[in-house]
Amino acid sequence: MRIFGSASYRFIEGRKKAYIVSSIAILAGVVAMVLNISAIGSWQNYGVDFEGGSLVQVGFSQDVTTGDVRSALGGANGPDVTEFAGENEFLIRAPQAEDATVNQVREEIESSLTQAFGSDSYVVERTELVGPKIGAELQRKAAFAILVSFALTLVYIAIRFELRFGMAAVIATMHDILITLGFLAIFRVEISLPTVAAILTIVGYSLNDTIVVFDRVRENMNKKGARKREQIDLVNQSINETLPRTILTSGTTLAVLLALLVVGPAVIRDFSVVLILGVMIGTYSSIFVASPALIDIDRRMGEKKPRREKVAKAEDAIPT
Amino acid sequence: MFKTMRGRIIAIVLVCLAAGYQLWSNGLKLGLDLQGGIHLVLEVEDPENTLTVEARADAIDQAETVVRNRIDQYGVEEPLIQQSGGDRLIVELAGIDEEGRTRARDLIQQSAFLEFKLVRPVSEIESALSRIDRVIVNEFGQDSLSALGRAVEGSGAGASQQDLENILFGAGADSTTEGDSVAATDSAAVVDSMAEADSAIEADSAAAEPETSQDEPNLSPFGSLLLRDDSPTAGSVAGSFLVDNADYEIANLFLENPRVQNAFPRGITLAWADELVGGGAGTYQRLYVLEEDNFITGDFLDDAQATRDPQMNEPLVNFQWNRAGGRQFGRVTGANIGNSIAIILDGRVVSAPTVQSRISTSGQIEMGPGTPMEQAADLALVLRAGALPVPLVIMEERTVGPSLGQDSIDQGRLAGIVGLFMVLGIMILYYRMAGVLAIGALAIYVLLVLGGLAGLNATLTLPGIAGLILSIGMAVDANVLIFERIREELLAGRATRTAVEEGFGNAFSAILDANITTLITALILFQFGTGPVQGFAVTLSIGIVASFFSALYVTRTFFLIYLSGKKSSDPISI
Repeated sequence: MRIFGSASYRFIEGRKKAYIVSSIAILAGVVAMVLNISAIGSWQNYGVDFEGGSLVQVGFSQDVTTGDVRSALGGANGPDVTEFAGENEFLIRAPQAEDATVNQVREEIESSLTQAFGSDSYVVERTELVGPKIGAELQRKAAFAILVSFALTLVYIAIRFELRFGMAAVIATMHDILITLGFLAIFRVEISLPTVAAILTIVGYSLNDTIVVFDRVRENMNKKGARKREQIDLVNQSINETLPRTILTSGTTLAVLLALLVVGPAVIRDFSVVLILGVMIGTYSSIFVASPALIDIDRRMGEKKPRREKVAKAEDAIPT
Repeated sequence: MFKTMRGRIIAIVLVCLAAGYQLWSNGLKLGLDLQGGIHLVLEVEDPENTLTVEARADAIDQAETVVRNRIDQYGVEEPLIQQSGGDRLIVELAGIDEEGRTRARDLIQQSAFLEFKLVRPVSEIESALSRIDRVIVNEFGQDSLSALGRAVEGSGAGASQQDLENILFGAGADSTTEGDSVAATDSAAVVDSMAEADSAIEADSAAAEPETSQDEPNLSPFGSLLLRDDSPTAGSVAGSFLVDNADYEIANLFLENPRVQNAFPRGITLAWADELVGGGAGTYQRLYVLEEDNFITGDFLDDAQATRDPQMNEPLVNFQWNRAGGRQFGRVTGANIGNSIAIILDGRVVSAPTVQSRISTSGQIEMGPGTPMEQAADLALVLRAGALPVPLVIMEERTVGPSLGQDSIDQGRLAGIVGLFMVLGIMILYYRMAGVLAIGALAIYVLLVLGGLAGLNATLTLPGIAGLILSIGMAVDANVLIFERIREELLAGRATRTAVEEGFGNAFSAILDANITTLITALILFQFGTGPVQGFAVTLSIGIVASFFSALYVTRTFFLIYLSGKKSSDPISI
């Protein structure tokens, strides 16, 4: 069996359309982020890891509804209660008060639940209590980690390939992260440590995908007669040649991620969703963003300062 | 030898055996999120930011030793106690249940500063009460009590006194109030029954309120809160007052004010008892009058054990002094026979026994009736392990129950198996025989990753499991790259053997570059993350290295075996 065995799609020519699609996706995300600032007070739905606060997961041995738990904890003014995964499992989230100890909220939640349901009827399955100081530090560290990974891969690719390859790869990766962040903002997915891990994994996956295409471009550029060929043709050919691999690898990766999402642990469900999304965006961007960006960067650089060989040739041509 | 077929097979078998051995002998260390437990990040308590960096680092060094000591004595398997960033302590205790978590938290946080002070007669503070009250009026205003939210002023104190006597001597005893005139009139209005007394107070205070607040400001805000304990049982605690529990917060607010503390007589201090007196309608806090300086501290302890008092059946903690401590303790107790000494733990008076005779080697702390034995055991433990040099605050706490962790493992394993079979299906469907070879290499890959995790003593966390599953999907990427190249070479008309050689050769640079960039992000992730996320990064990194070996070496060997019986022109199934 062989898919896209002899494909010869003209990907680069259609790049304007791809740019429009990407721009719309990014714009929608940015709009959602701005709306979030007024709606939930911050551009993303930061979880307790980053904002500080308490998350308590409780499981009841009897049938309890979200409303029951909410009213036991003080109704509308109480903490946020959501149903979680299994039956009679709930996530309770509360913000961190300035001068309270991290355990204060947990203790209050537990005593209210004991009062309402009795101490034997529920089990605290998981707690995540984070002071505001730690949360703020993590926000900084997460942004720093993503920026450093950009810088290092840019340097690596610039050394192994050429600077413009590195730039194109970073543009494609930024594109992926922006769209992923936009998706997170639109659906207000909770940003937790695993979510950031997922975003960094997307960085890795997207680069991986891009590099395979670029590797082929590099190879085709070094073949005999490549100089005379149109750059666009060369890149198109490279994308088409690696297309079966791109589709197949994305397929196997998505297959395992789907397994993780459907039968895997509930605690990392958000993590799986972000990864699935990221793999799809990463695959799209290596074909429709990274490779066209390579061409466009080449043209820009060419306009500003023409390549030395061309200049040299031109000078040769002028009789002195 | 790694180039010949036999050498290759031996190398692969050896690597697999090594991985299997690591897995078998070390086992996989499960993270807290998988086996349940508690993860704590503690910091030196310093709300005003007064400590220098060095002082903080020094304090956390000492705290680490003390906490390690305590945890070791508590007996948790493989605890993790480490410093982070120079001023934090990370403590991870695995496999403990909900009750254990509460105990562990207390065990780590308790300062356990034990000190002994001589109890002074109440008269020593009474002589200074008017001065203290003047300072309080200056500091908090004339109506300091009502301003601070106390509903009934003097009348409350009088009623409390009455309640107290009801409790201590039974109703109808002579009321010997020492409060001001307002209190005296109130106690006259109080009747025997408590319920009636309450309603009388309400009526009375409603009527009296304008008077007290306008004409007769309470010029004794602190003194009026103090109730002298004249009960028959008061003998052993002659140096203490009682304060109605409802007034405790106000009284404490007064006492914490530095100017108020300056107004105390020289060398005298006040300290609360750690237990309430009385019960039901009237509960009281006991306030001890103590000599300001302690005469001995827990530093001089040699040992401490929890036992049960055979007569009272109450838990208590026996302790022994070391030589220097024994000398000092003997000298002070010898000179104070008949007086009381207060045993103070973290600023609270635990008990204040009367010295019967000179004691120089040991002593005991009574835990009071109804205290669980564990509490006595924990106190003995923290006393043995030593006091924390500074209080620690919990900055971050994560706990996972053991059952949730087990669920995660089960579901993670299921997801892994399902994912593996899906990849297997896709590969065999698409590449036929070559797909089967790739699956064989993938099996070795999984073994290598698990063996690598075990060998590096890395922790498998929930995101780590996700990383492992994800890496299965990505590990076939290298195989896919190679197989696609082989197909291209075959299509270009190369002979089978050459096509395979070329395929592996051509795919190498893409595999190398792609894997190194992923490795870079994995390493950054490791630097950035804590606990579970680090587990993810480690799994991903090991996975990348293992996939390199499995795709380039193992798959190639399998191909060589597959091709060994064929002529170079025979077709292959790919």
